Amino acid sequence: MAEPSEPPLLAVRNLEVVYHDVVLVLRGVSLEVPAGAVVALLGANGAGKTTLLRAVTGLLAPHRGKITKGVVELAGHPVTHADPAEVVRRGIAQVMEGRRIFAEMTVEDNLRAGAYTRRSRAEVRENHARVMELFPALADRRTSIAGYLSGGEQQMLAIGRALMASPTLLLLDEPSLGLAPKLVEQVRDIIVTINQAGTSVLLVEQNATMALSIATRGYVLELGKVVRDGPADELLDDDDIREFYLGAVADGSPAGRRSFAEVKSYRRRKRWSA
Amino acid sequence: MTALLQNVFAGLALGATYALVALGFVIIYKATGVLNFAQGGLLALGSYLGYTFTNSLAVAFGIAIVLACASAALVGAAFQRVVLTRMVGQPVFAVVMITIGLLFVLDPLVTAIWGFDNLQLANPWNIQRVVAGELVLGVRDLWSIGLTATVVAAFFVFFRYSRLGVAMRATAFDPEAALAQGISARRVFAVSWAISSALAALAGITLAAGPGGLSPAIGLIALTAFPAMILGGLDSPAGAVLGGLIVGLAEALTRGYQDQLFSWAGENVSVIVPYVIMVLILLVRPYGLLGTAEVRRI
Repeated sequence: MAEPSEPPLLAVRNLEVVYHDVVLVLRGVSLEVPAGAVVALLGANGAGKTTLLRAVTGLLAPHRGKITKGVVELAGHPVTHADPAEVVRRGIAQVMEGRRIFAEMTVEDNLRAGAYTRRSRAEVRENHARVMELFPALADRRTSIAGYLSGGEQQMLAIGRALMASPTLLLLDEPSLGLAPKLVEQVRDIIVTINQAGTSVLLVEQNATMALSIATRGYVLELGKVVRDGPADELLDDDDIREFYLGAVADGSPAGRRSFAEVKSYRRRKRWSA
Repeated sequence: MTALLQNVFAGLALGATYALVALGFVIIYKATGVLNFAQGGLLALGSYLGYTFTNSLAVAFGIAIVLACASAALVGAAFQRVVLTRMVGQPVFAVVMITIGLLFVLDPLVTAIWGFDNLQLANPWNIQRVVAGELVLGVRDLWSIGLTATVVAAFFVFFRYSRLGVAMRATAFDPEAALAQGISARRVFAVSWAISSALAALAGITLAAGPGGLSPAIGLIALTAFPAMILGGLDSPAGAVLGGLIVGLAEALTRGYQDQLFSWAGENVSVIVPYVIMVLILLVRPYGLLGTAEVRRI
C-alpha cells in the first residue's frame, strides 16, 4: 500500500518570478520531483528553465530576480525564500549551466569547495571516494588546474563537485551542452548511476532525446509556463514533442512537415526552431 | 659592500610594511572586486588603537598588537556587514566610492579621539640595535621583517589549505558558482575585510614603533603600498608581497645612494621611485608581475 500523504521530494507550486521588477519570466509554474525519480525539464532558450532552477536554489538575487508568488517545498518543508547555503545544506545541489568550475583552482580544491556545507570529515572523505570512483579521469588529474581539463572532464568535475555536497536532489542544467555525442552518452550513464545510488535528479535539457530516455517524467516549459507534462514515454510518443524537440518528421504529412496552424494541442509560440 | 647590505636591510624592513598593506589591498580586491581606498584609514585606526592599548591601558606590547589587530578586524568586518552588504549587486564603482567615504570618516575620527600631536608608541624595541659584523641592524626592523614573514606565511597556509581559504578563492573566481556550492559570500567578504584590516593594523603598529612615531599622516603609507600592489598584480597575494619588497628595496637603495648616483634628481627622489618602477613594470607586464591574465584551456 502506498503511503497516501508522502510529500514529493521537490514541489514547486504556482511559481512566479520577476526580473528587475518588470520582466515576468515564470508565470505560475508547478512541478514535482518524486523521491528517487529522474524528471526532465524541456524547453527552448528563454523558456525559463534556468530561472526555475535559480528560484529553487535561491540564486535569483544576484540576477535581480524575485519570487513574487508561489512556493517551493523540499520534502514538505518550505524553502521558497531560503538563501543558497541553506538550500545546499538541505540537500539540493546544482550543476550550473556552462559548468562554472573554478578554473584557477585545482580539481581537488574544486571538490573541496563543493563540500563546503559538509562539516563531517568522514562524510566528505566518503563522498570524495565516491566521486573518484565515478570519474576515474578526475582521479588521475587531482592536482591539475581545473581550467586545463578537457570539456568533458570539466563537466565531470562540475557533477562531482555537486555530489560532494551529499545531495538528495541533484539539479542538472544542460549537462550535455557542448559535448560530443559519445560524451553525452557518458554523462547520461553517469546520471543513471547517480540516480540508482538514491539521488533524485531534475534534468534540464535541450537534448530532449537524451533527457527523456532516462527520465520517468517530463515537463515542457514555454515562455514561463508548463505547457505539457506527463510520463517520459508518453512524451516520447507525442507527435508535437517529437516534431519540435526530437527533430522527428510527423507521419503522413505530405510535405514531410506539418504546418504550424494544424497543431491544436496547445498554442505554440516557438522561438527556437531547428 | 657594508653600505649596500645596510641599505638592503633597510629596504627589506620598509618593504615588509608595504607588503602587509599591499596584501590587505589584494585580499579585498580578490574577494570582492573592490579596491579598498580606506586601507590607509584602517591602518591609522589600528596603530592608534595599539597606542591606546600600550600607553593608556598599559597592556604588554605583544598583547597590545594582537588586541589592536583584532579590534581593527572587527571594525573592518562590521563595516562590511553593515554597509557594504547592502551594496551587493551594485556597480563596483559605487562600492569603491563608499570605501573612499570610509577613509574620510576614519581620518577625522582618529584626530578627534587622539588629536594631531605626534605620539610615541611605547614599545620594547625603541632604538635598540644588534651589531652583526659591520652591519647595524635595528631591533624594530628585525621584528618588522620577522612578523611580516610569519603573518604572510600563515596567511598563505590558510588561503591554500583551509576550508575558508578554498571558499575565499572560489568566491573570488566566480561568486555565483560559489554561492551555488553553499558558500556564504557574506562570510567570505566579512573575513576578507577582517583579515586585511588586521594586516593594516599590524603594519601601522610596526611603523608607529619606528623613528617616525605616530601621527595622523601615518595612513599615507597606503599610497606607497598602492604601487606595490599594482606592480605585483592586483589579484595576486604573492605578487603583493613581492611588490612590497621591490618597492621597499628600491626606495631604500635610492635613498642610500642619493648623494652618489641621484644627486642630480634632488633630495627626495626616493619618494617617487615606487611609482616610476610601477609604470615601467606595467609597460612590460600590464597585469603586474604575478597577476593572472586569465587561465584558459588551450
